[in-house]
Amino acid sequence: MSTTPRPIASDADTLAVDAPFVIELLRGFIADGVRKVGFERVIVGLSGGVDSALVTALAVSSLGTGNVVAVFMPYRSSDPQSQVDALAVCDSVGINAKIIDITPQVDAYFERFPDADRTRRGNKMARERMSILYDHSMAERALVLGTSNKTELLLGYGTLFGDMASALNPIGDLYKTQVYSLARAVGLPERVLTKAPSADLWAGQSDEDELGMRYAVVDQVLHLLVDERRTRAEVIALGFDPTDVDSIVTRVRGSQYKRRPPVIAKLSNRTIDREFRYPRDWGR
Amino acid sequence: MVLERSRTGVIAGVDGAADAAVDAPAPKAEPAPDPAGSVTVALAQFYPRLGDVATNLAAHLTTVAGAAAAGAGLVVFPELSITGYFLKDQVPEVALTVDSPEVGALRAASREGGIDIVAGLILESDQHRFYNASLYLSAGEITHVHRKVYLPTYGLFDEQRYVAAGDRFRAFDAPLGGRTGHTWRAGILICEDLWHPSAAALLARQGVDLVICPSASPGRGQLQGEAVGTASSYDVMTRTYAQLFTTYVLYCNRSGFEDGVGFWGGSRVVDPVGAVVAEVRGAHETLLVHRLERSAIRRARIAYPLLRDERNDVNDAETDRLRRRHARG
Repeated sequence: MSTTPRPIASDADTLAVDAPFVIELLRGFIADGVRKVGFERVIVGLSGGVDSALVTALAVSSLGTGNVVAVFMPYRSSDPQSQVDALAVCDSVGINAKIIDITPQVDAYFERFPDADRTRRGNKMARERMSILYDHSMAERALVLGTSNKTELLLGYGTLFGDMASALNPIGDLYKTQVYSLARAVGLPERVLTKAPSADLWAGQSDEDELGMRYAVVDQVLHLLVDERRTRAEVIALGFDPTDVDSIVTRVRGSQYKRRPPVIAKLSNRTIDREFRYPRDWGR
Repeated sequence: MVLERSRTGVIAGVDGAADAAVDAPAPKAEPAPDPAGSVTVALAQFYPRLGDVATNLAAHLTTVAGAAAAGAGLVVFPELSITGYFLKDQVPEVALTVDSPEVGALRAASREGGIDIVAGLILESDQHRFYNASLYLSAGEITHVHRKVYLPTYGLFDEQRYVAAGDRFRAFDAPLGGRTGHTWRAGILICEDLWHPSAAALLARQGVDLVICPSASPGRGQLQGEAVGTASSYDVMTRTYAQLFTTYVLYCNRSGFEDGVGFWGGSRVVDPVGAVVAEVRGAHETLLVHRLERSAIRRARIAYPLLRDERNDVNDAETDRLRRRHARG
């Protein structure tokens, strides 16, 4: 793990958010995005972590308790504390969670592929959760809200067609540290704000261990590279560890495919998303 | 701030209710023009439905009637108010011609309401070019057409891919519903046009009392403070132009979301010394009603005779010199 300290004192400010303003905008974003496609309700996969907790709180604030379906989907290796935290989040915003154990369906599958490694198992779990959310989306007439933050999306630290799948993502333009700021402002339970971030695919898993960097550092580097369009050399000159910077640049570039729709072989004069360009809100 | 769409398509709220013209009983049609030359205007901070011309037109007609009832001689709608903004390939599908029934309905509304209208649309020319344009309609006629000159094609904008650029900034006499006894000169700058001070200066040189700025400005940038990055830029520009050109500035931005992009509203009236005299605090749909005082323009130009002192001869000479140098390569 890198121990790079925050090299620029003032940089804490560049990731600061005006919580009341951003919360109000995101409440409007959710209400507008849901209603303009003919829905009234949303569904969120709760993990016990801060991202899904914030999205749930924003959704309740925007649409009301009766219009938010929260689903907690543990696997047998999930940390039992995650369920406690997820339920505490629901309590704090005044809704109930559905609990759907994914162990039977995941284990049934891997009985046929017992050699599968942790990554395959983790991806499979994320995709099982996605398929459950979309099934319940239909059953509950509730739009699936995404819970991937900007840090995860840029690093590609998520499962394609798994936790990255959603109809609307209120927090995809907020870095992880900004998610924490907002989560604190909406008054989420203290434990959700203080525990180590984890994908919770197996006990003891830690985002920052896997990334080899702290979010505080990653977010500053991403902000400099992506938002301020600074060069690699400029970022390093600001005092960041070149190894960290290169690791981040490599991850962002390497995961670009995850942020794009599938590639279509160009044949006609009007290929979807190349010349055939309509807004997603076409006709809404 | 309320960002939700009015499902009825009607702008229900009225901002600026402290204004005497709003509190007063609605004047009947064809009121006597104000001998002092003042006039009430209304800015319709509106959420157009993307690509839905029929619904947006109906909302315009309702809002025009409401503004007329509030005693306004002019109602301004945002950029592309008839069509919505991020149209992409819908541009030719929603385009209107000057002789279309939809423009005809707006013309009729201006005649019947005794109120002038600035509305935004995709305007198709005889040569099938598509412009991001704002029409000024008065007494059943199209008094002026401004085709947006500066088409942003950077960041989240892609206008030059879809529309043709206008080529002029022209001032015109604005009848203002016949509600003022003084001739007001006006000019229109659409959104990005405002980011080029030469555009405002060209209008000022033609003598304008009123710069009308229909806008579709997406909120983005700093997530710090109610003034999103773009809002603070427009704050500076509208106040600066009003003060330097001693003119009223009517900035009418839209509300709502398109593809997850939120428009920040903040429509405002800036007076000829650069003071914000009426403003919508937030991005909700509303009608901002305010009375423009002719005497405020007179007082500003007495205190700051900047237009009188403008050295157009120096400007012309220097421009000519630069043009000749440019021509030589």
